[in-house]
Amino acid sequence: MNGHRGFSVLRSEAAGAVRTALVSAENLQLTLKTELSQEEQHLTPHTHTNGGPDETHTKGYCTEVNEDLKEMLESNKESLKLEAMKRVVGLIAKGKNASELFPAVVKNVASKNIELKKLVYVYLVRYAEEQQDLALLSISTFQRALKDPNQLIRASALRVLSSIRVPIIVPIMMLAIKEAASDMSPYVRKTSAHAIQKLYSLDQDQKELLIEVIEKLLKDKSTLVAGSVVMAFEEVCPDRIDLIHKNYRKLCNLLVDVEEWGQVVIISMLTRYARTQFTSPWKEDGVFDEHNERAFYESDEEKTRDETEAKPYMMDPDHRLLLRNTKPLLQSRNTAVVMSVAQLYWHLAPKNEVSIVTKSLVRLLRSHREVQYIVLQNIATMSIQRKGMFEPYMKSFYVRSTDATHIKSLKLEILTSLANEANISTILREFQTYVKSQDKQFAAGTIQAIGRCATNISEVTDTCLNGLVLLLSNRDETVVAESVVVIRKLLQIQPTQHSDIIKHMAKLFDNITVPMARASILWLMGEYCERVPKIAPDVLRKMAKSFTSEEDIVKLQTVNLAAKLYLTNSKQTKLLTQYILNLGKYDQNYDIRDRTRFIRQLIVPNDKNGALSKYAHRILLAPKPASVLESAYKDRDRYQLGTLSHTINTKASGYLELSDWPAVAPDKSVRNVEVIEPGKEWAPSLGKTGKSKPAKSSDDKFYSDSGEEEEEEEGSGSSSSEDGSGSSSSEESGSDAESHVQKNSSQSSEESDKSSSQSEKSSSESDSEKERKTKTPLQKKTVKPTAKDGDSDENGNVAKEANSSSAEESSSDSESDSDTHTDSDSGTEHKKKTKSKAKPKLSGPAFVPEKSHDLLHRMTGKGLSAQYQFPRQPCLYQPTMVSVQISLTNTTDHPLEQIHIGDRSPTGLNIHCFNTIECLEPEASVTVFIGIDFNDSTQAANFQLCTKEDHFSVSIQPAIGELLLPITMTELDFRKEQSKLLGMNESSATITMAAENMTSQPISRPVATVANLGVVPSSQDNVHRFAGKTASSGAVVLVMVELRESSTALITINTEKSVMGSMLLRDLKLALAQA
Amino acid sequence: MINSLFLINPSGEIFLEKHWKSVVSRSVCDYFLEAKEKALEPEDVPPVIHTPHHYLISIYRDKLFFLSVIQTEVPPLFVIEFLHRVAEMIQDYFGECSETVVKDHMVMVYELLEEMLDNGFPLATESNVLKEMIRPPTILRSVVNTLTGTSNVGDTLPTGQLSTIPWRRAGVRYTNNEAYFDVVEEIDAILDQSGTTVFAEIQGVVEACVKLSGMPDLTLSFMNPRLLDDVSFHPCVRYKLWESERVLSFIPPDGNFTLMTYHVNAQNLVAIPVYVKQSISFFECGSDGRLDVTVGPKQTMGKTVEGVMVTVHLPKTILSINLTATQGSYTYDNGTKLLVWDIGKLNPQKLPNLRGSLSLQAGAPKPEENPSLNIDLKIQQLAISGLKVNRLDMFGEKYKPFKGVKYITKAGKFQVRT
Repeated sequence: MNGHRGFSVLRSEAAGAVRTALVSAENLQLTLKTELSQEEQHLTPHTHTNGGPDETHTKGYCTEVNEDLKEMLESNKESLKLEAMKRVVGLIAKGKNASELFPAVVKNVASKNIELKKLVYVYLVRYAEEQQDLALLSISTFQRALKDPNQLIRASALRVLSSIRVPIIVPIMMLAIKEAASDMSPYVRKTSAHAIQKLYSLDQDQKELLIEVIEKLLKDKSTLVAGSVVMAFEEVCPDRIDLIHKNYRKLCNLLVDVEEWGQVVIISMLTRYARTQFTSPWKEDGVFDEHNERAFYESDEEKTRDETEAKPYMMDPDHRLLLRNTKPLLQSRNTAVVMSVAQLYWHLAPKNEVSIVTKSLVRLLRSHREVQYIVLQNIATMSIQRKGMFEPYMKSFYVRSTDATHIKSLKLEILTSLANEANISTILREFQTYVKSQDKQFAAGTIQAIGRCATNISEVTDTCLNGLVLLLSNRDETVVAESVVVIRKLLQIQPTQHSDIIKHMAKLFDNITVPMARASILWLMGEYCERVPKIAPDVLRKMAKSFTSEEDIVKLQTVNLAAKLYLTNSKQTKLLTQYILNLGKYDQNYDIRDRTRFIRQLIVPNDKNGALSKYAHRILLAPKPASVLESAYKDRDRYQLGTLSHTINTKASGYLELSDWPAVAPDKSVRNVEVIEPGKEWAPSLGKTGKSKPAKSSDDKFYSDSGEEEEEEEGSGSSSSEDGSGSSSSEESGSDAESHVQKNSSQSSEESDKSSSQSEKSSSESDSEKERKTKTPLQKKTVKPTAKDGDSDENGNVAKEANSSSAEESSSDSESDSDTHTDSDSGTEHKKKTKSKAKPKLSGPAFVPEKSHDLLHRMTGKGLSAQYQFPRQPCLYQPTMVSVQISLTNTTDHPLEQIHIGDRSPTGLNIHCFNTIECLEPEASVTVFIGIDFNDSTQAANFQLCTKEDHFSVSIQPAIGELLLPITMTELDFRKEQSKLLGMNESSATITMAAENMTSQPISRPVATVANLGVVPSSQDNVHRFAGKTASSGAVVLVMVELRESSTALITINTEKSVMGSMLLRDLKLALAQA
Repeated sequence: MINSLFLINPSGEIFLEKHWKSVVSRSVCDYFLEAKEKALEPEDVPPVIHTPHHYLISIYRDKLFFLSVIQTEVPPLFVIEFLHRVAEMIQDYFGECSETVVKDHMVMVYELLEEMLDNGFPLATESNVLKEMIRPPTILRSVVNTLTGTSNVGDTLPTGQLSTIPWRRAGVRYTNNEAYFDVVEEIDAILDQSGTTVFAEIQGVVEACVKLSGMPDLTLSFMNPRLLDDVSFHPCVRYKLWESERVLSFIPPDGNFTLMTYHVNAQNLVAIPVYVKQSISFFECGSDGRLDVTVGPKQTMGKTVEGVMVTVHLPKTILSINLTATQGSYTYDNGTKLLVWDIGKLNPQKLPNLRGSLSLQAGAPKPEENPSLNIDLKIQQLAISGLKVNRLDMFGEKYKPFKGVKYITKAGKFQVRT
């Protein structure tokens, strides 16, 4: 692979070289002035960096160059024009002004050369705003192009027309947008959705009209349009939530198929939508409500409120639909999509489901640095509220020395939030490494983080404090300073025990030069001066000496310290204080002068202000609450996650607030779609037959599979929500529901009275799941007419057919797989699977009155009677077997025990027995199924039916027709197969028939009675075709009945099993002649 | 959404600008250039900058800054992801993404940018679609174009744009049909001084190069898919099938693409293929220090470890170094204090060693912390997690493709703390 890449690099380099050579040769021939342009190009960087005087100089060049370009543009040679346009666009790309050329360029707008035309378009879009009058010259060209048969040309004309920011043409644009919105091509419709935003930013008065277009486009079913129109919606009328109702389910279902950029926009819109339409899924968990900004374990008040609303929470099926359909997108390669799903879950999912996004977010941390930055920010916000989510991935947030600074601090932030009693020792050990980092800024950040851990987790406060004290002897100033500040904050929390730390800090005071640290120490001295009565005055003495050379912040704290000492220990410090106050009085900084004046009035007793100085002690030495060390991300959650506003922590323009959950959900029925349009790409259940859009041919594409399937479920969900019954089935997780449904379909052969809708549903479901290869719209199509032809007079038969056909499909999995490769006559690639499957496809049996035969008479069976019949369903146990239904009845007055099948002959006979019936009560009867492999012969199957006491030999003699299984095929396939089975394989006979039997239905009836065959749709009225295959060997059996004049009919049977053929012919002759 | 794009080189020169809405003066970049001045490394420039009227979102890639101007609220990742796609597109078209390449193909890059966004919203970002609209340059085509006057610009809508598989174009033809898959795994690890693993994980990626005619439908299965903990796919992969059967079923894009990336189950212990014995020490009194590093193979599953390289950011106070390597060679840049020791193949019999003395600037204090070592290595024909491709089947086309799978293990962010 690398080799390939290397080669292509070489090639493209060579290509570049050849091209430049050719171009320069051309230029030389033409004019010498081009040289100047090259020179000018060399000058470009200089002009930018130097600016000023050079600019006029370049302008001189520019005009000359422009003259030259103008000439080229006005020449007759296409290649010259193209070359000139390329250079013009080159100028634009570099940010040069090429507006002088506008008249010369605009003439070429109608050029036939597509590349030239595109370049002119580029130029127009860039300069039309500046040269409005001239731009109008081009409009007619675009109007013409809007009618072009080529969709690309239509679309690009609309693109340019709408990008020309000339207010005069607003009406023309409006018209063009409206027309394009109903264009045949989805690509053009997409472009019109983009144009809506452009027009709106040009002229806001058009809003109402544009909303109409948006409403129309929202109904569009193309995945191409969905993203763009939602974008337009967000920009033009984000408050018109009512436009979304009817399209909500469609958008949810299309979502996986929409291109990735559209997904991001749709998901964020749906997040907002869901917050206005559904009730909160959080309350029930007793978890905090995020808008009360309360930690979740102190939600007592919440709980009481919950109890008052005792109604159990039931998630709206539509709410669930959104969550379910967005989940697969977590696996997207597009980081923006993953992030938007993550924020959707964060804002909408029940609290216990949110954690499924964790893994994907952690995965994004492997991506580019910028992606990491944004994702870490969002994780930081999340981890504050829910530590548990990211705790298992703690190690992914370990810092590497190669990380960028902002990444490091974010990781630190997250690690701090994740810290708890259990993992704190690991985290602190990790922090120890960071503190030693060469990146001192980061080391300082780590110290703050340690401080936060120490306040949050009281167990480790002492350890942290000791560690920080050790850091005070660090050589680096930033580290020391930061440690002092953090220690001060920690000491404030429990000041009583730590006078030795304060003493230690006083000792270090001389070596610390960072103002903030010095100020912190001074503050500590003052605050706890009573604990260090000897040291504090000494520190003040030192400060008095160096007062003038200190930073302002240190001076202020010195004044502070002096005042506090004066109050507690005036004997020792009176003079010092007065000295310092005098210094402060004449300080250059007015803050310090003010403070000094204030302090003096407060503490030095005199006549005028005695009232206040009485309280001086209480004012200055009041116990002060410890400052809380908090995360900078604490209240970021007021912004929707993943947004720009969240990143910059201010409201960005155009930010749309996420509303609170409504207390009571608005009317659910607004999302119901009244009519499900038939024959469109999303018609449910049987509607698969009508997939109209060729592009949507990906029945093998998982996204659309899932889409379709969801639609099914949605259909049922919506109806159930209407009639109020709980929608438990749609509440189930996806996979559960599917497996459940599959079971259904395999059982359906036994349960004959299944409702038709359910069986249809189950069949289509199992299709999309398991048999994506075998499943095709075509088969469905063919099954249907079969049923209609044969049995349109009998209600319920259709349902039964659907039942068994689905069972057949699921049971004949292995077989159909092996068949996949046999066929090769496929036309288009898309349909290949469809076709290859069409041939061996089993169809449902035609309905025939069930004829039961005696297996064991009650007299010979000593009271046990048995009857058998052929249910004509494919055998569940093995595809080569014929299934036989046996009804056992006990006619005696005592229970019969242990009924089972005993010895069989011929010994090789393959029978799938029923489970031993332990006990059959008197007068009771039971029906069991067995499977017999008759090996494609009418030889009777002999076996013994045993009870506890007796053995009865019985035999089942199958009619030839029961050894067949019906298959569906097209007439074309039928002919093809038939042509392969001529000569010896063909047997035919002519019979006489009654005239009233000359219509298709009475013909297919007797045929179906005789043999289990499927009807092949026929184009001729007088020819009826039936197809089947033998159960054991799967040999194709084709029957053709051709009605002739004077009530005669020709029966032709083609099969390689010639014996069976002739036997079947005899049976058919008998049956039809009777008829 | 995205208003404008500026390409800026590391020295701060703006060499390309493109506007999708009305023109934004390039003076807006001054805010960015200011931030860039402040940052020590180009990587440290904050990706999102808030200016009074605009928001600037930028990425730094291939020694270029891609700076986009935003006016209203938009998910920042949306923009960042798009900017990376632009860089990838340039790489894809011209073989590399660099200032010279962009300057050489200025017009074509500009045309491509025009196609990629409409009104700031992505229109065509699939390289297959773009390549049908604007064909990439080749020798043959540029010669033909100059002679016949035909152009590189397609005049019909690319088929991919309309279909639900936009990543593949119709009518692909090859004489040799081949499909190659590279399973590349990277070990991310942090080892501490004593050599114990602080953190280790394996990230993998399956890169594909598929050159098959028509519309092939491929199914790739693994021997041990349970290893894969978290995955992300190219949009072509059918997720439902992965969920149910743990196979990758897809209609591939034409050419090179990333099929999937994965993360190996965290429970599995990660085999660390090399060990590093190191000691870096500075003497308390003199302005001197010693460095001694040995690298040896550890758990390599019998394969040879190649391309071993050790990179060290030495402390800023180092004045000069004097080292000898028993194998390979080392380079040292005194400006950036970057020491790179290129070892090459690891020989278990004779372990490579680098030792010698470091001298500090006179009077400078002893460095607080020892620099960490970044290790680079490569093992051919081995996926360290043990992942194995089972088989590749093709449906939908009748020819027999040539198939190949290659395994490579590399070091990702492999750091040894000292």
